Amino acid sequence: MAVLLEIANVSKSFSGLRAVSDVTFGVPEGSIFAVIGPNGAGKTTLFNMIAGVFAPNSGTISFAGQRIDGRTPDEICRRGIGRTFQLVRPFPTLTVEDNVIVGALLRQPDVPAATKRAREVLRQLDLFDKRAQLASKLTLPDRKRLEVARALATEPRLLLLDEVMAGLRPTETDRIVEILKKINRDTGLTILLIEHVMRAVNSLASRVLVLHHGAAIAEGTPEAIVREPAVVESYLGVEAV
Amino acid sequence: MRSLLLDGVSRRVWIALGVTLAVLLIAPLIVNDYLLTILILILYFAYTAQAWNIMMGFAGQLSLGHALYVGLGAYTTAALYVHFGLSPWLGLPVAVIVSALTGACIGFLAFRFRVAGVYFAILTIAFAEFARIGFDHFGWVNGSSGLFLPVANYTQSDLWNLRGKPVMFYYVLLFFTVAALALCHALLRSRAGYFWQAIREDEEAARSLGIDTFRYKMYAVVLSAGMTSVAGVFFAFYYNNLFPEQVFSISRSVELILAPVIGGVGTLIGPIVGAFLLTGLAEVIWEFLNAFGFDPPGAKQVFYGICLLFVVVLLPDGVWPPLSRALGLAERPDAPDDKPEA
Repeated sequence: MAVLLEIANVSKSFSGLRAVSDVTFGVPEGSIFAVIGPNGAGKTTLFNMIAGVFAPNSGTISFAGQRIDGRTPDEICRRGIGRTFQLVRPFPTLTVEDNVIVGALLRQPDVPAATKRAREVLRQLDLFDKRAQLASKLTLPDRKRLEVARALATEPRLLLLDEVMAGLRPTETDRIVEILKKINRDTGLTILLIEHVMRAVNSLASRVLVLHHGAAIAEGTPEAIVREPAVVESYLGVEAV
Repeated sequence: MRSLLLDGVSRRVWIALGVTLAVLLIAPLIVNDYLLTILILILYFAYTAQAWNIMMGFAGQLSLGHALYVGLGAYTTAALYVHFGLSPWLGLPVAVIVSALTGACIGFLAFRFRVAGVYFAILTIAFAEFARIGFDHFGWVNGSSGLFLPVANYTQSDLWNLRGKPVMFYYVLLFFTVAALALCHALLRSRAGYFWQAIREDEEAARSLGIDTFRYKMYAVVLSAGMTSVAGVFFAFYYNNLFPEQVFSISRSVELILAPVIGGVGTLIGPIVGAFLLTGLAEVIWEFLNAFGFDPPGAKQVFYGICLLFVVVLLPDGVWPPLSRALGLAERPDAPDDKPEA
């Protein structure tokens, strides 16, 4: 499989604190790739560099063969990377449907076409029946799915999910895992997720990268990762195995 | 275009709008001169409120210096008329361009250097103040001694030169107010309208969806500035005198945003309802006090203050959202089957 997203020797420091240190990995096209690690491991910093919020201090980020490090978030989205926010950020006074239409307008020629696309995505995410509600009225699990719907509406080639399962009950987690699996299977969408919930990572990801203190300490299949002594010690803890 | 204008408007809203428009169209035949001047004032504020609402209500960029664009529109067309005898209708595009370019400069400075929120509002005040001081010393428009348009006792109205009786100004303003409403309605349902609302709600989230927020904020400022300057043309030719101290004063800018704030920022009809409520009620109360022999100075300002206080405390979204629900005219009914499936 061709590599869609390539991170090469990327580092980022915040006033002397090294948040991400010389990280290298590649996300194959069509795969579901997870980045895990304890709090403060640098996951969100890495994510924000891919999404264009910060530029790395050194190293390169390439998407579909082109450098994207240092580009703005809107340009990165236009190139085909959709993202969600860890703390969900819906447009609260717009309806669920209008939230998704905003995303769909990126690729659709006009509002009616964007509405059609938005409704397809809302169906995929089980939000169709709630489309006329204000986004501020949704429950957290619904808002998490709205966040995914809005990003998907931009028709990305790569979807970045920042702890989209955090704060969800196991049944809600399973529901969103099923949806993401189905989208990946049906459309071949590549997904990069940052996640704490191992239950989701194990059932979703084909490959996992483990970050600790900003450095990549292991990479492999979920089954192999949980057996890595370094990973067990730094993150999972003995009882998780 | 047709669908942009007609979509999503229920039959009840059409009837309500139609009846209101019909009443406004025949109003000059019924009301006396005094009431006509009040109606003109109401329409003036209804128009400027809508222009301001594009920037703040739709795109979330707070301008507290919109008198700048009124003043630029007024001075541009008045000076062209006084010096060259140019019809205000020919001066109008010049005024719109001057204002839109000024808006573009302010927008560029602010958005390029990430000046946002209150700081942006202060910047808009600063530019209005620059203009006030600058025009005070601008000889071509007579500086602080004021620019006067020739006035005669009109028996007939000359629409081409906007010289004539109040009733002509009334219909001109009514036309622009209705046109602004149609434009705002179409805009809100266009790509720009969706992007503006996204920027207003959460700029970072909007950027993450690929929206070039700088460009769309610029569109809002330029459009709002250009539209506002049209009100300035009216202002100059209706009042026939312009003083920088008066035209560009911050109290003019504040006056202009009261109607949308009270009516409902970001709504289509709210700014118009706000203009009617504020100006209409203020006059009624003033008349009422007068009838009982009171003539308290500043009563109108006190009334504005009380209205604002009432709305801010009790109806933070403005009068229109709850009123529209009560009348069954809500712009966005919160029911799952309000839109038929495509």
